[in-house]
Amino acid sequence: MATLARLQARSTTLAHQYYYRNSVVDVFRKKENDAAVKIQSWFRGCQVRAHIRYLHRVATIIQKRWRGYLGRQHYQLIVKLAYYTMKMNLYNAMAVRIQRRWRGYKIRKYCFNYFYLKEYLKAVSETNDAVREALEEFAEMTEREEKKADLEREEKKRDYQARKMHYLLSTKQIPGIYNSPFRKDPDPWELRLQQAKPLTPRRPNVKAKHSVSLSSWLACTSTRSFPRSGTLPPVDRKRCQGPFRDVSEVWEQRYKPLEPTLRVAEPMDGLNEARAQLQRQEWTRNVNDNMFLPFSSYHKNKKYIPTMHLSSKYGPDAYGSQHFRDENPQKWICDKDFQTVLPSFDLFSKYGKLYSKAGQIV
Amino acid sequence: MSQRQVLQVFEQYQKARTQFVQMVAELATRPQNIETLQNAGVMSLLRPLLLDVVPTIQQTAALALGRLANYNDDLAEAVVKGNILPQLVYSLAEQNRFYKKAAAFVLRAVGKHSPQLAQAIVDCGALDTLVICLEDFDPGVKEAAAWALGYIARHNAELSQAVVDAGAIPLLVLCIQEPEIALKRIAASALSDIAKHSPELAQTVVDAGAIAHLAQMILNPDAKLKRQVLSALSQIAKHSVDLAEMVVEAEIFPAVLTCLKDKDEYVKKNASTLIREIAKHTPELSQLIVNTGGVAAMIDCIGSCKGNIKLPGIMMLGYVAAHSENLAMAVIISKGVPQLSVCLLEEPEDHIKAAAAWALGQIGRHTPEHARAVAVTNTLPVLLSLYMSTESSEDLQMKSKKAIKNILQKCTYLPALEPFLYDAPPNILKYVVGQFSKVLPHDSKARRLFVTSGGLKKIQEIKAEPGSLLQEYINGINNCYPEEIVRYYSPGYSDILLQRVDSYQPLTN
Repeated sequence: MATLARLQARSTTLAHQYYYRNSVVDVFRKKENDAAVKIQSWFRGCQVRAHIRYLHRVATIIQKRWRGYLGRQHYQLIVKLAYYTMKMNLYNAMAVRIQRRWRGYKIRKYCFNYFYLKEYLKAVSETNDAVREALEEFAEMTEREEKKADLEREEKKRDYQARKMHYLLSTKQIPGIYNSPFRKDPDPWELRLQQAKPLTPRRPNVKAKHSVSLSSWLACTSTRSFPRSGTLPPVDRKRCQGPFRDVSEVWEQRYKPLEPTLRVAEPMDGLNEARAQLQRQEWTRNVNDNMFLPFSSYHKNKKYIPTMHLSSKYGPDAYGSQHFRDENPQKWICDKDFQTVLPSFDLFSKYGKLYSKAGQIV
Repeated sequence: MSQRQVLQVFEQYQKARTQFVQMVAELATRPQNIETLQNAGVMSLLRPLLLDVVPTIQQTAALALGRLANYNDDLAEAVVKGNILPQLVYSLAEQNRFYKKAAAFVLRAVGKHSPQLAQAIVDCGALDTLVICLEDFDPGVKEAAAWALGYIARHNAELSQAVVDAGAIPLLVLCIQEPEIALKRIAASALSDIAKHSPELAQTVVDAGAIAHLAQMILNPDAKLKRQVLSALSQIAKHSVDLAEMVVEAEIFPAVLTCLKDKDEYVKKNASTLIREIAKHTPELSQLIVNTGGVAAMIDCIGSCKGNIKLPGIMMLGYVAAHSENLAMAVIISKGVPQLSVCLLEEPEDHIKAAAAWALGQIGRHTPEHARAVAVTNTLPVLLSLYMSTESSEDLQMKSKKAIKNILQKCTYLPALEPFLYDAPPNILKYVVGQFSKVLPHDSKARRLFVTSGGLKKIQEIKAEPGSLLQEYINGINNCYPEEIVRYYSPGYSDILLQRVDSYQPLTN
């Protein structure tokens, strides 16, 4: 109890002390608290910073590793690419080198081959020369042929001349004009004349057998048959004594062209004859005597349509065969009729061309 | 009245008719009689005689009509207007060969004048009967029919087409194969007239197999036939590459060249035309001609004839040279350039000169080597004088200018260029200076020569607009030389020197 008593005794002090102490503590409490907070904050700050630093360090390591890894990967890629480009460049360069060589070779060999071109041009010029020569030869040949033909023509002409002038040939007694005794050698013409055959004198042209066209009938009255210029009598010739006619009159009478009567000049059946002749000609030209006939007999049934111009309702040209010449077969003495021939008037056709008895022209 | 007297009247009438027709036919041969005949109304008198009973009179009447129609187109028109053609066409099919010949002659005489008259003949249906006449046995009838068809086809493509549609071509091709030269000649001429209008017509002629027969006749000795044959071939070949190749495939080649040596001028001309028509299509065909020596033969041919006959040859050289540089080189080594420059100098006519200038331009435009070959023959001054001359035609001036331009742009042969510095007009000077500016930087000898010959001085005297092409070239040349030399040759340099003398203050002590 003592203790209790002691304690009770002391309780006030204790209370005081307690209060005091508490108040002291209260006085310092804020400060201490602040200090503690400061210490703690500092410490904690240090701690956290250290931790963060640690974390940073670790993160850096991670990042380093990762970035290193990525970088290495990227580097690999770049290297690969670079290697690839380098390789490709090299390849390209090599390909260019090959292509260069090949193209050069090809062009030189096939397109612009200098030697080939030179050779080609040489060949062309050689062909040119050959062609020129050949053409020259050809031209010469044609010229030669022409000349030869000319010569032959000339020769023929001279032969004809020689035949015409054959009378100039020298005889045994008399030298001809080409064989002058004052010259050493006879003229070449002399020799030619010796070889030539004299031309036979020309016969007067017999009038060609009657021709179809009527123009030949007209021709016999033309001026051709009367020699006008050549045979005129000389002007100074004296007139012959006696009861003679004028010379020109006599000449005219003598060279008077043949003037047949119309009937003689142009036979009645001229047209028929011409037709017959045409038929004969056509027959001679035919390869085959029998006319070529079509295979079917269709054409036989076809009606003949005469040409528009030759047909009329008055019938084809019947004149002369039916109507104008009457036929009486009973009177015939052979199997066909005599041709009717109509004589012309002699007097008319000879009018003014004959002498009368008194010696005057009628 | 006895029978005889009656008959005599008829005889007399017949004789009078015959005589009349014959006299008219004879008179119609002389041009001075034609007008009198026309005024006397000969047409209306001849027309009934075409229907005469006597064949001789019919024929002679047709002959007289043909001669009249042949004379001028008025009379030909009178024949058409007189409705004579249907009669002729009708009887053309029916009558004998003499009449056919005469009728075809009338048709030819009418058809030759103008397309309208030819069309009138076609409208009468004459083509079918003419084609039937081509099948006639008598060569004279065939000839007359072919002649008439050719004259009708000659005018234009439609008429030709009408002739083709009538089926004339196979028969004409048969006519070529006949032995008669005259018939061959006229058939070839008709084919030529048909083929000349269009590629299709030419193709029809080719399809009938005409080329082989035509090609065979190139070596025929008859000159007139050769003319027609060559003309027909060239009319076929001119249209397209295919047709030209067909013609070439008929192996005409060495044979045609002999025609270039022919005596007849027109054979030469037609042969040259044929070769030209073939050469103009492709380089390959030109090459073929070069390989067979055609160029040399052509050059010889040009040398041996004159006037218009040269023209196709000159053009052929131009065409060949235009195709490629090798072909141009072939022309050069065949000695074509001297021949062309001779043509340029000696031909009196402008169009031939123009062709020669064009050909030279085509030869010289490929490479410097070609240009040099042209330049050394001294052609450039001639071309320049032709260009500058006031007497030359516009075409010639243009062609020579173009040729000069083509050649100068490739020419590096300076001795030939130098005269141009002195007498060329500015539009040509440009090219000359340009060539100098290209050559001089690379050739020291030429640089030296250029100064000593006075070229540099001349260059300094040229007044060019600043900034123009000419100025650029001049600067290029000036850059090849040291500055002093350029200044020394500049005009007015002596004055500047004298001024410096004036202004110089001598150092006086």
